[in-house]
Amino acid sequence: MEYQILWFVLWGLLWAIYFMLDGFDFGTGMLQRFLARDNTEKRIIINTIGPVWDGNEVWLITAGGATFAAFPTTYALMFSYLYSALLIILFALIIRGVAFEFRGKGGSTLWEQSWDAAIFFGSFIPPLLFGVAFGNIFQGLPMDGSGYHGTLLSLLNPYGILTGVLFVLLFLQHGVLWLAMKTHGELSLRAARLSVRVWSGLLAAAVLFLIYTAFATALYRNFMDVPVWFAVPAAAVASLLAVRIFSSAGSYSRAFFASCSTIVMVIFTGIIGLYPNLLPSSIDPAYSLTIFNSSSSIYTLKIMTAVVLLFVPVVIGYQIWIYRIFRAKVTPRDIESSPEAY
Amino acid sequence: MDVVTLSRLQFAVTSMFHFIFVPLTLGLSLLLAYMESKYVSTGDVVWLRMTKFWGKLFLINFTLGVVTGITLEFQFGMNWAEYSRYVGDIFGAPLAIESTVAFFLESSFIGLWVFGWNKVSRKVHALSIWLVALATNLSGLWILLANGWMQHPVGYVIRNGRAEMTDFMALLSNPYGLLKFFHTIFSGYVVAAFFVMGISAWHLLRKANQDFFRRSFRVAATFGLVSALLVFLVGDFHAANVAGTQPAKFAAMEAVWETKEAAPYHFMLIPDVEKERNTVEAISVPKLLSFLAFHDGNAVVRGLKEFPKGDRPPVLPVLAGFRGMAGLGMLFMLLTFMAVILSRKERIDRSRFFLRIMLYALPLPYIATQLGWIVAEVGRQPWIVYNVLRTADGVSRSISVPQVIASLTGFTLLYGLLALVDLYLLVKFARKGPDNDLSSIVRTARQEV
Repeated sequence: MEYQILWFVLWGLLWAIYFMLDGFDFGTGMLQRFLARDNTEKRIIINTIGPVWDGNEVWLITAGGATFAAFPTTYALMFSYLYSALLIILFALIIRGVAFEFRGKGGSTLWEQSWDAAIFFGSFIPPLLFGVAFGNIFQGLPMDGSGYHGTLLSLLNPYGILTGVLFVLLFLQHGVLWLAMKTHGELSLRAARLSVRVWSGLLAAAVLFLIYTAFATALYRNFMDVPVWFAVPAAAVASLLAVRIFSSAGSYSRAFFASCSTIVMVIFTGIIGLYPNLLPSSIDPAYSLTIFNSSSSIYTLKIMTAVVLLFVPVVIGYQIWIYRIFRAKVTPRDIESSPEAY
Repeated sequence: MDVVTLSRLQFAVTSMFHFIFVPLTLGLSLLLAYMESKYVSTGDVVWLRMTKFWGKLFLINFTLGVVTGITLEFQFGMNWAEYSRYVGDIFGAPLAIESTVAFFLESSFIGLWVFGWNKVSRKVHALSIWLVALATNLSGLWILLANGWMQHPVGYVIRNGRAEMTDFMALLSNPYGLLKFFHTIFSGYVVAAFFVMGISAWHLLRKANQDFFRRSFRVAATFGLVSALLVFLVGDFHAANVAGTQPAKFAAMEAVWETKEAAPYHFMLIPDVEKERNTVEAISVPKLLSFLAFHDGNAVVRGLKEFPKGDRPPVLPVLAGFRGMAGLGMLFMLLTFMAVILSRKERIDRSRFFLRIMLYALPLPYIATQLGWIVAEVGRQPWIVYNVLRTADGVSRSISVPQVIASLTGFTLLYGLLALVDLYLLVKFARKGPDNDLSSIVRTARQEV
């Protein structure tokens, strides 16, 4: 019993860290072609995430692997029910990763423009569809004893799309602050100016999402039962306000960390609301997959707990160390003097 | 075609495509680590130039390995939901452990290695590629322990309508998985050795950068010889292990129809699957097959006829795959042995015929590794988990034929395009040769002092 709850928290944490980290990669990738004035700026933008995006993406692999190991029935049904949406996410992630590596190696403008397009779509589609997928999970999927009764199109309902838009704006905000923090001069200022507009859009989407959630989902039930949990969505809203305050004051790194906190709190708002479900059924709660009816055996959960407690702190340790090594802003000189830069 | 066939085809396409890039990563990461360590310990700039040149080709290849790997982890749930549900309790663990202990390490330190030339000391920089090499190989260990469990399930009990793990240590010490792990990583080292020797041969034939490519060739030749011997040695133990654990697969590998004591080995044979016999069996060595299978010339080798037709793997691809792989494995030992002999001193420059052979031999280890996977996975059929769960029972129930046709088409087109781009870039940068403008390199070196 305790192990399932522990793994539910870890499952939420893995997703939260994934979105907090790959979120600014997505935002940066979406902004690249719109924020840059010339090719040097385009290169600066992708080189800000160059050393870290790959390590960030592994949090997704780990979230997927943890779902498989800890809640295999959920892994099996969630991934096969959301087949087409996941497939599109996969294709997008594949072309994004390849585009970073290949963009600078071709030598023609057409080559670079094609990979820039790949970077944009590879950074825009995953957050949109992850949002759509989570929105539908929050609502529950049309599933019963005979299987799943939805399609790719039925996922694109108003609440699913709203959640998708929320995710896109969250990561756009995250990326714009990352760039304001990681670049110099004109480019940094342009990013800062854009962040104000993105923030307004994000605020509107967040308010709409919080209201719509009350009508479209059962997420607030857990919060009503134990009102102290309202602290989490409250922290999400407070973090979002802090983003605006810090960025107006020109302290972009603080604004970026406030944005990290916003993302983590938004994900945990959803996770707390879901408990104890992992994949609710919108037809009848009897068919919902919960952390109790879809988990691995206690023996497996114990082994996985030992592995995670032993190794995840080590991973966090060396990832922080690497982030510190690359903490400086990226300049045109960095790119021209390094033959390895993207 | 039904969902099972299409899903199998999709898994074959995506995993075989993934495995074009993995073996080179396994071996070349180690070679790069060696080259950079030589640079750090000797200060000789040629080693640094070698690290940078082979490193560029490494990264073009590495990226495709990484992005195509995600597909495989997702595909178990997407296409093989019944399998995932049934075995997730024991099969999910090694996959999750792989990303936690290995994949994080690899993906984090590759970033430091690529972008960190001016940011960390030489020693820390060399350490980062050693960690990438370690992590890549460790990654293979967990994946092959997972695969080893599908081949020879251990440490579980059927309970609550699924396979539940009861003994984690049994999973870790599964001889099947460990043998397959060593066989696989050593085969990756052979791929890397032939890759480096082949491209070096191309440049040596043109008399360009001779010192640089002679040295690259020599390092790769030694690495290749050791690896080719090891892959064959482990392969022998692995085949013997298969004979004990998967007798039907072993019988298909050698087209053995009748159970026999002191079975002979036929160097030439042509099977007739319909009539369940071999039409040609020639150049035979008595007792050799029994010896290969059980390291005992009088042992009993079980024939395919002992198994109901529905429990036999397809004979032709398994037989042909095994013969092709083993034959190539012997050729690799011969070629790497000659390469070691000829690359001592400067005789290699004059052995133009041998250089040409090594250039054209570059793709052969790739073919051998693909054949190996065909033997392993087609030979496992009709089981998805050997003797526990049939492949047809593992497929997702909620997916439809048009869905899988769409995804299979998508993968084929996308992967085909990526393969072309990757090949174009590899050829382009391999031809270009090492960067002779030392200014950036020397600047790097000076800053590091």
